[in-house]
Amino acid sequence: MAVTEVRISIHTTGLNPKDIAEKIKGQFPDQVIDVAEFRDQVSVIIKRDQAVAVLKYLHDDPVLSFDHLQDLTAVDYKGKKDIRFEVVYNLYSTRYRHHIRIRAQVPENDTKINSAVPVWSGADWHERECFDMFGIEFTGHPDLRRILMPEDWEGYPLRKDYPLKGPELDKDWPGFTDVLKRSKELREFDWEG
Amino acid sequence: MIQKEAEKIFETRELNVNMGPQHPATHGVLRLVLDIDGETIVKVTPYVGYLHRGIEKLGESLSYFQALPLTDRMDYVSAMSNNIGYVVAVEKLFGIEAPERAKFIRTIVGEMSRISNHLLWLATHALDIGAMTVFLYCFREREWLLDLFEMICGARLTVTYPRVGGVRNDVPQEFLESLWKFTDEFPSRILEYETLIDQNRIWLQRTVDIGVISAEEAINMGMTGPTLRGSGVPYDIRKHMPYDAYDKVDFDVPIGTKGDTYDRYRCRMLELRQSNNIIRQLIEKLPPGPVMVDDPKFTLPPKDKMMPITHPTKEIAYFILEKACKGCGMCMRACPAKAITGEKKAAHKINQALCVNCANCLVTCKFKSVTVVSGGKGLSDEKLAELAVAPDQLPEDIKQAQQLLVKQFEFIKKGPKAPEGDLYVATEVPKGELGFYFVSDGSGKPFRMRLRAPSFIHAGCLPRLCVGHLVADVIAAIGTIDIVLGECDR
Amino acid sequence: MDINNIISPQLLDAFIKFGINVLVIILKIVVVLAIGLLHVAYATYFERKVIGHMQVRLGPMRVGPHGLLQPFADGLKLFFKEDIVPANADKVVFYIAPIIFMAASMVNLSVIPFSYGFTIADFTISPVIADINIGLLFIFAMAGMGVYGIFISGWASNSKYAFLGGLRSAAQVISYEIAMGLSLVGVMIMAGSLNLTDIVRAQEESVFGMFAIPQIVGFIIFTIAAVAETNRTPFDMPEAESELVAGYFTEYSGFRFALFFLGEYIAMIIMASMATICFLGGWTLPWYITQVVPFINYVPGIVWFLMKVYACIFFYYWIRATLPRYRYDQVMGIGWKILIPVALANILITGLVKIIMTMYGA
Repeated sequence: MAVTEVRISIHTTGLNPKDIAEKIKGQFPDQVIDVAEFRDQVSVIIKRDQAVAVLKYLHDDPVLSFDHLQDLTAVDYKGKKDIRFEVVYNLYSTRYRHHIRIRAQVPENDTKINSAVPVWSGADWHERECFDMFGIEFTGHPDLRRILMPEDWEGYPLRKDYPLKGPELDKDWPGFTDVLKRSKELREFDWEG
Repeated sequence: MIQKEAEKIFETRELNVNMGPQHPATHGVLRLVLDIDGETIVKVTPYVGYLHRGIEKLGESLSYFQALPLTDRMDYVSAMSNNIGYVVAVEKLFGIEAPERAKFIRTIVGEMSRISNHLLWLATHALDIGAMTVFLYCFREREWLLDLFEMICGARLTVTYPRVGGVRNDVPQEFLESLWKFTDEFPSRILEYETLIDQNRIWLQRTVDIGVISAEEAINMGMTGPTLRGSGVPYDIRKHMPYDAYDKVDFDVPIGTKGDTYDRYRCRMLELRQSNNIIRQLIEKLPPGPVMVDDPKFTLPPKDKMMPITHPTKEIAYFILEKACKGCGMCMRACPAKAITGEKKAAHKINQALCVNCANCLVTCKFKSVTVVSGGKGLSDEKLAELAVAPDQLPEDIKQAQQLLVKQFEFIKKGPKAPEGDLYVATEVPKGELGFYFVSDGSGKPFRMRLRAPSFIHAGCLPRLCVGHLVADVIAAIGTIDIVLGECDR
Repeated sequence: MDINNIISPQLLDAFIKFGINVLVIILKIVVVLAIGLLHVAYATYFERKVIGHMQVRLGPMRVGPHGLLQPFADGLKLFFKEDIVPANADKVVFYIAPIIFMAASMVNLSVIPFSYGFTIADFTISPVIADINIGLLFIFAMAGMGVYGIFISGWASNSKYAFLGGLRSAAQVISYEIAMGLSLVGVMIMAGSLNLTDIVRAQEESVFGMFAIPQIVGFIIFTIAAVAETNRTPFDMPEAESELVAGYFTEYSGFRFALFFLGEYIAMIIMASMATICFLGGWTLPWYITQVVPFINYVPGIVWFLMKVYACIFFYYWIRATLPRYRYDQVMGIGWKILIPVALANILITGLVKIIMTMYGA
C-alpha cells in the first residue's frame, strides 16, 4: 500500500532560535536591526532592502533549511513605532524543527518590499492578501491583485486608520451601493402587472 | 500539417467557463475561472473573498475572550478545532496552563472534530466523484458526533466550548459512555465506507495519479495537514509542537508516497482510525480535577455570589443618591432602557417604570451614587429616597455582589491585560496548520490578530493541481485539498 | 334506398373491419401511453425508495401512505412552475428540444411487445402497437433521434455547462450506440429476425430458453451500453451534477424539464424491455422451469415480462447507489477500446458457431 503509518518522535528540536538569530547577524551584520524574544520565540528585525536575500539564505542553508513558510503577514504599528509597517515571516524547518520569525520594516511613505515568491511559491497568496489589506507592494510578485476584497475597493482595511465600520455610505464600494439601489427599484416593482 | 493550416484560417481560443461561486462542487463560494481546450484545463484562476467578514479586523476591537466565537465561523465544519487553536494560542500569550483534565477534554473534542471533519470531507469528496451512498453513510456517523457536541455544550456546529484556561464545563458521564460506544463501532463503519470506494475500480481510476504533487513542491507551496502528508512529508504539529495532551497519547501519522489524490484520501482514512484510537486512549486516561484554570483574572466571577443583585426574583430597585450624584451623565449613556434622565451637573433620576434592573448604571458610576434598595420594587421615588443608603453601608452580601458585578463588567468590557510581545502559535486542525499570530501592546485587546488559514493556502494551490487534467479532475482536486471557504475568506 | 345498393356487403364488411382495427390501435396507444406514463411516475418513486433504503434513509414518506402519491405531487409541482427561458437562448430550438427528446423515446414504446397475440372473435390482437419486422432497428433509430434532443437543447440554451453537457452526450451516445448495436447482432444471428416477437419466440424454442446464456458476452456489453445510452451513473457524463451542474438541461425549468425527465425514464424502461426481450426470454419462461413446475404456465406472460423489466430497472438503481462516476475520457475509452472489439469478437464467434451448426444440421 502506498500510504504507511509512521511514528514521528515528539522530542526532537533543532537549533536554539537565539543561535539562529546569531547566525543571521553573522551573515548579514548590517541588515539586522534588533533581536526580540518573547515566550521562547525569537524575532529578528531586519531592514527591508535585503529581506529576500536573508530569507533565501535561511531557506537554502543546509544547516538551517527553513523549508516551510508558516505565515507571511504585515502589522501596522501606526502610532507605536517610527517605521509604520512590518512584514512578518514565520519560518519553520520541518526537517530540523526549529522556528524563527523575521520582521522586515517597511516605511509608510514607500510601502515596497521584494517578493518572497521565488523562495517559497506559497508566499503568493499571502503577499496578495498583504497587498489587499495593508497596501504593501511586493515587487517581483507574479500577479499582485486584491484577493479578499473586491477589485475596485478603495482603502486598505487592516490599516489602523481604516474605521472598523468601513467607509461612509456615500463613499462605499460601488458594488454595494448598486445593490442597494437596485433592491430599492425592485421593491417598487408592480408584481400584479 | 492540416491542423496548422486550419489554425491559420480559423482563429481558435479556449472556452472560458466560470465555475462558481454558485456551483454544486465548489464547497461554498469558491469561484474558478477555467480556460478549457476541449475538456482539458489550460488555466485555472481561483477567486476567493465572497465570504470575507474581516475577522482579523474585528479581532482587534474585541478582547481576547470575546474573539473566541469568531473562530467558530471560520471553519464551521470543525469549529471545535479552531476554538482549541485559538485558546491554545491565547493561553501561551498569557502564559497560563489549563488544568490537566481540561487539556484531555480539549484533545478529545479536538479529535472528535477531526473525525467529523474528515467524515464530511469524505462524504463530499465521494459525492463529487459520484459515489452517492458514501455521503449518507458518513452523515450517519457525523450526526452521532454532532449529537455528542450538543450534549456537552448545547451547540452542534458553532460550539465555542473550549475557553481560555480550560473548557466551559465538565463533560457528563453519558457523554463519555456514548463516545466510548462510538469508538467501539467506528472502525467497522470505516470499513463500510472503504468497501464502497477503496478498491472500487472507478474510484481508483478517478484518483490514482490525479493531482500529483511532489514533497518538495508541496512544502514549498505551504501545504499542510493531510494534504501535505499525502506527498510524504512527515509534518504534523501534534508531533512537532505538541499542545494540550498530544504528548501523552500514542499515535502514528499516516504518510503517503506519491502525492496523488488517492494517497491523500488514504491518509485521511488512516487518520480517522488514529483519531479514534487517540480518543480511546484519552478516555481511559482521563484524570479527575477542575476543568478551568483557578485564577480570577481569567474567569468570570461565580454567579451565585452575584445573586443578591442579579436574580430576577429579588425585588430590588436602583436608586441614585442625590447628594453623591455629580451629574456626569455616564449612567445615562450606559442605560439600555433610557430610564435615566437629568440635566448636566444636576442629580439624575431613574424612572422606575422603565428600569430593567440591568445594573449598568451601578457599574459605570464613578462616584458611588447609584445604590440598591432591596425590596424596593414598585415603590415611589420618595419612599425609595427614605430607604436608600449609601453603597458602603449596604448589607455585606449585596456589597460583595456589587463589587463582583463591577469586576465582571470590567472583565467583559476590557478583558485581562496581556503581556507585550508577539507570538505565533500553530495547531493541527483537520485541514492543516491553523496559525494564530498575535501582536500584543499590553492592553486587553490584541493589537493585531492574524489567522493563518490552511484552506486559504490550499485554495491557492488549485491551479497547480488542475492544469493539464480534465474538467472532472478539477472537482476531484477541490475535494482532495479539503477547503472550507469560511476559513479561506475569514 | 337500400344501403346494399350503394356499398356492396363485402366493402361494408371491409369498412367495419378497418374501423375496428383503427379503434383497436387507438385503444392500444391509449393503454400503452397511460400505463407507460404511470410506470414512469412510479419508476421515479421506486428509484427514490430503493436508493433511499440502500442509503439508510426512507425516501419519500410524506405525500400519501409511504409517499405513494409523491410522483403526482412532483408532477403537479413541475407543471405549475415558472417556465424560464434564458434571454440569449435560441428560443424556437429551445422549445423544440425537449419535445424531440421525449417523443423519440416514447415512440419506442410502440414496438415493444408485451405478450403473444390472442384472438377475440376473429380479431387477432397482438399486444404491441406496431408489430413491425425491423423492431430492433427502429429502436436504434429512435435512440439516435433522442441525441438530437439532448444536443440541440445544450446548444440552444446558450450556456457553457449545457453546451459541454450536450457535446459530451452526443459523443457518448454515438459511441455506445455502436457497442449496443453490435452486442445485439449476436441475438439477431441466433434468432434470424429483427422482429421482437420473433426473437422471443426463438428464445422459447431454443435449448437454453433465453439468449442471456449463450450470448452472455453480448448481454454484458448490452447492459453496460444501455446504462451509458440512458446517461445514468456511472456514465452520467452529460448531466454530471458535480461538474456540469445539470448538463444539457441546466437551463430548463418547469414542464420542459419534466419532459426531459420523462424521456429519460421512458428510455430506461425501453432499455430494460429490450434486455428482457432480447436476452431474458421476454414473457416466456425457459422450458426447464415450466417442465419442473408446470402450473407456472397459468400465470399470464405479461407478469413475467414486467417482473423481468423491473429486475433490470432495479439493477439500474442499484449501480447508481453503488458506483462513482467515470471521467469523460475513461467513458470513451471503455466504449471504443473494450466494448466494441469484444462485441465484434462475439459476433464472429456467434456467426462461426451458427455456420458450423447449420453445416452439421443441428
